[in-house]
Amino acid sequence: MKMKGTQILLECLKAEGVDVMFGYPGGSVIDIYDELHRNPAVRHILVRHEQAAVHAADGYARATGKVGVALATSGPGATNTVTGIATANMDSIPIVVFTGQVPTHLIGNDAFQECDITGITRPCTKHNYLVRNPDELASTIREAFHIARSGRPGPVLVDLPKNVIAAEVDYDPARIRINATKLSLPSKPSPKKYVQLLEMLRASRRPLLMTGGGILLGKATDELRSFARRAKLPVTSTLMGLGAFPGSDPLFLGMPGMHGTYFANMAISHCDLLICIGARFDDRVTGKIDTFAPNAQIIHIDVDPSSINKNIVVDLPIVSDARGALENINRLLKDNNYTATDAERKDWLDEIAGWKKKAPLSYCQDAQHIKPQCVVETLHELTKGKAIITTEVGQNQMWAAQFYRYDDPNTFISSGGLGTMGYGFPAAMGVKLAFPDRIVVDIAGDGSIQMNIQEMATCMQYGIPVKIVLLNNGYLGMVRQWQELFYEKRYSNTDMTFQPDFVKVAEAYGWQALRATRPDEIKAVLEQGLFTDRPCLMDFQVAREECVYPMVRPGASISEMTLGTREMTN
Amino acid sequence: MEKRENVISLLVHNKPDVLARVAGTLGGKGYNIESLCVDATANPEISKIILTTIGTKATIQKIEAQLERLIDVIRVENLTDVETVKRELALIRMNLTADNKNELIRTVNRLNCKILTFNSDHCVLEFRGTKAEVDRVLETLKPLGLDDIARTGIAALERKN
Ligand SMILES: Cc1cc2nc3c(=O)[nH]c(=O)nc-3n(C[C@H](O)[C@H](O)[C@H](O)COP(=O)(O)OP(=O)(O)OC[C@H]3O[C@@H](n4cnc5c(N)ncnc54)[C@H](O)[C@@H]3O)c2cc1C
Ligand SMILES: Cc1ncc(C[n+]2csc(CCOP(=O)(O)OP(=O)(O)O)c2C)c(N)n1
Repeated sequence: MKMKGTQILLECLKAEGVDVMFGYPGGSVIDIYDELHRNPAVRHILVRHEQAAVHAADGYARATGKVGVALATSGPGATNTVTGIATANMDSIPIVVFTGQVPTHLIGNDAFQECDITGITRPCTKHNYLVRNPDELASTIREAFHIARSGRPGPVLVDLPKNVIAAEVDYDPARIRINATKLSLPSKPSPKKYVQLLEMLRASRRPLLMTGGGILLGKATDELRSFARRAKLPVTSTLMGLGAFPGSDPLFLGMPGMHGTYFANMAISHCDLLICIGARFDDRVTGKIDTFAPNAQIIHIDVDPSSINKNIVVDLPIVSDARGALENINRLLKDNNYTATDAERKDWLDEIAGWKKKAPLSYCQDAQHIKPQCVVETLHELTKGKAIITTEVGQNQMWAAQFYRYDDPNTFISSGGLGTMGYGFPAAMGVKLAFPDRIVVDIAGDGSIQMNIQEMATCMQYGIPVKIVLLNNGYLGMVRQWQELFYEKRYSNTDMTFQPDFVKVAEAYGWQALRATRPDEIKAVLEQGLFTDRPCLMDFQVAREECVYPMVRPGASISEMTLGTREMTN
Repeated sequence: MEKRENVISLLVHNKPDVLARVAGTLGGKGYNIESLCVDATANPEISKIILTTIGTKATIQKIEAQLERLIDVIRVENLTDVETVKRELALIRMNLTADNKNELIRTVNRLNCKILTFNSDHCVLEFRGTKAEVDRVLETLKPLGLDDIARTGIAALERKN
C-alpha cells in the first residue's frame, strides 16, 4: 500500500507498541504533527523543552522496561535533546529519539535550522541513523527499536529529512527486513563457567553479591532474589540497581561506594569472593582501584564484553544476559542440592552485622531545623515504600538513595552515570503517565529543579499529578559540600539564596503548593501534598549546611570512610 | 605493561558514517590511529578497515571491545600475532639536481623502488614492503633530496592454512 512517510512513522510506532511520546514541534516536523492531528494513534505530550521530552521518555522506559520515544524538530530542537540522550546513554536506557532534518538536497548547505545531529550524537547514542531514502524508513524505525532494547540497551536517534517523511512509498509491514548481523544476543557462555562459579562459591567463606543496573535492565529481579537467598549471600547494589533486591531484606547492605554504607564498603573490602552482576565498577563505586576488594576473587557477569576487565581485572568473566546467567546458576545450585547453611554463613554475616551496628546510616535530629534525611524517611513511612521515586542530582539524590527503602524493581529512577540536574522532574512525568495509579515523587534540590521547572505547565495541561519534594537548602548543596570539605569552605558560586518563592511559582502554574519550615511540619505537609490528585510541590526549607555521609574522599580507598564527625578506617 | 603496535582488521558495512564511528571510538577515548587503510571488499556492501594503533595488551583489548559494540562493525580481528601478509605502499617525490641524480638512480635500483615519473627536476618513486622496509627506504632516501611522501598505511591479510 502507498503511504506518506509521516503515516508510516505512526504505523511503525503503533507496531512497536508505543502508547505515548513526548515532543515539541517545528518546521521540519510540522508534517508529522499534522499527521498526529489527523490520526491520534499515539498519545503525544507537548513538553516545554526538548530536553524534558527525552528525560520523560527515559523515565517512562525505566519505569516500564519498554522503549521510550521522543520527537523534536531540526536544529535547535535536535540540539536540545543532546543532554537527554547522553543521560540515557550513560545509564543504558532504551529510548528512540526522532529529529526532523532539512530536506536531503539541502543537507550540507547550512540551510535554515540545519544541524548535523547524527554527527553530534554519534558518541552518545548506541546507534543513530539519517534516513536518506523513504523506502528505508520503516525498516530503519524497526531496527532502531530493536537496537535500543536488545543486548545492552541504549538510546537510538533517527534523523528524518523533511522530504523523506513527505514522500509516498509502499508500506507493507510484513515485508520489513532489518539488517540482522549485529542484532542477536551474544553467544551463551560455556556451562563450565557456571560450574567454576559454584566451585568458587563453595570454597568461599566470605562471599558477597554486588548488583547493578543490569539486573533491572535485564529484568532478572526474581532470579537474583532466589540466588541470593539460596546461597545466603549478602547483597550490595549500586545506585542504578536499587530495588532489584529488596531494601528491607536482612541480606541487603545498601549501596557501595562514595556515599554507600560503611558496612557495604567494609564487606567489599573484606570479602573473599565478589560476584558482580550487571554493574560496571564505576569510579564512584570502586574508589581507589588498587585497594578495591583486595582479598577477593572476582566474578563478573555482564552482557557487554566491553564492561568486563575495563576498570577492574576479574578472575572469572562471564559474558551473558543477567537473567540467562542467573537461571543457569539457580538450576545448577538446584541440581547439585546446594543451599548455604546458616552455620556456614554465620561468622561472615555476624561480622557484617558488627559493622552495621558500629556505623548504621544515621543523621542528627535537630529541633529547629528540618533535616533532609528526615523528610525522605517520613516520605517512606507515609507512602509505605510504595511510591516510585525519581531524583534530581546532588545531595537530594544521595539522601533519596539512602533513606528511602526500595523493595521493588524500577521504583528508584535517577541519572547515575551522567548525573544530570533537571532529570528527575520530567522523568517523573514519564513515570506517572505509565503508572497513573502510583504515587510518583521527584526528590529535588533547589538548584536542579530550576533546570526544568517549565514542565509544570505540561503537568497541568495533561493532568499529570506528580509530586515534587523539594529539599531546599539554598545552595548547590553537593558542590558546597565539597567546598566545605576540600576547599576550606570557600563557597564560590554555590549560594543560591537568590531564588524564586517556589510555592508562588508552582501556584502560578496552577499547582498545589505547600511549605514546611519546622521539623514538626514535615509530616503534615507530606500528608496534605502526597495524596491529592493534583500535581503538588512541597518546599522543605532544610538545614542549609547538612552534608551527605558517609563519604569516601575522591580518590581514596572505600575502606576509609568519613562518617560525619568521626573518621572510620579499617 | 609493554606497549606495541597492533594491527586491527575490521569488516564493516560500507556506509557514509562508518569510518567516523570507528575513528571516533578510538579518538574519543584518547587512542591514536597510527595508520589506516580502507576499501570495499569483494562484496561492495562491506568494507575492510585495517588500522594500526599503539597500546598495551589491556588497552588494545578495550579498544577491540569498544569497536565490537558498534552496530555497523561486523567483525573485529587482531592480526598482530596472526600469520599474515602485511604490506604498505609509499609514493616518494625526490628533488633532482645535477649533484644527486646519479647517486639517486643507483640507490633507487638497489632499494628496489619503482620509478613512476622522471622529470628534469624531480621524480616520483613507488616502494612496496613491510612497514619496517618502508621506514628504512625513506631513511635512506632522506639525504638524497626527499621532497614529499604519501603512505597508504598497512594492508594485511591472513595466510590460509
Ligand atoms: C552525585 C552522584 C553520586 C554518586 N554516588 C554513588 C555511590 O556512592 N554509589 C554508587 O553505587 N553509585 C553512585 N553514583 C552513580 C554512579 O555514578 C554510577 O552511575 C553507578 O554506580 C553505575 O551503576 P552500575 O554499575 O550498576 O551500572 P549501570 O550504568 O547501571 O550499567 C549497567 C551495567 O549492566 C550491564 N547490563 C545491561 N543490561 C544487562 C543485562 N541484560 N544483563 C547483564 N548485564 C547488563 C551493562 O553492560 C552495564 O555494564 C553517583 C552518581 C552521582 C550523580
Ligand atoms: C546539568 C548539571 N550541571 C552541573 C552539575 C554539577 N552539580 C552536581 S550536584 C550539583 C548541585 C546540585 O544542587 P541542588 O539541585 O540544589 O541539589 P542539592 O545538592 O543541594 O541537594 C551541581 C551543580 C550537574 N550534575 N548537572
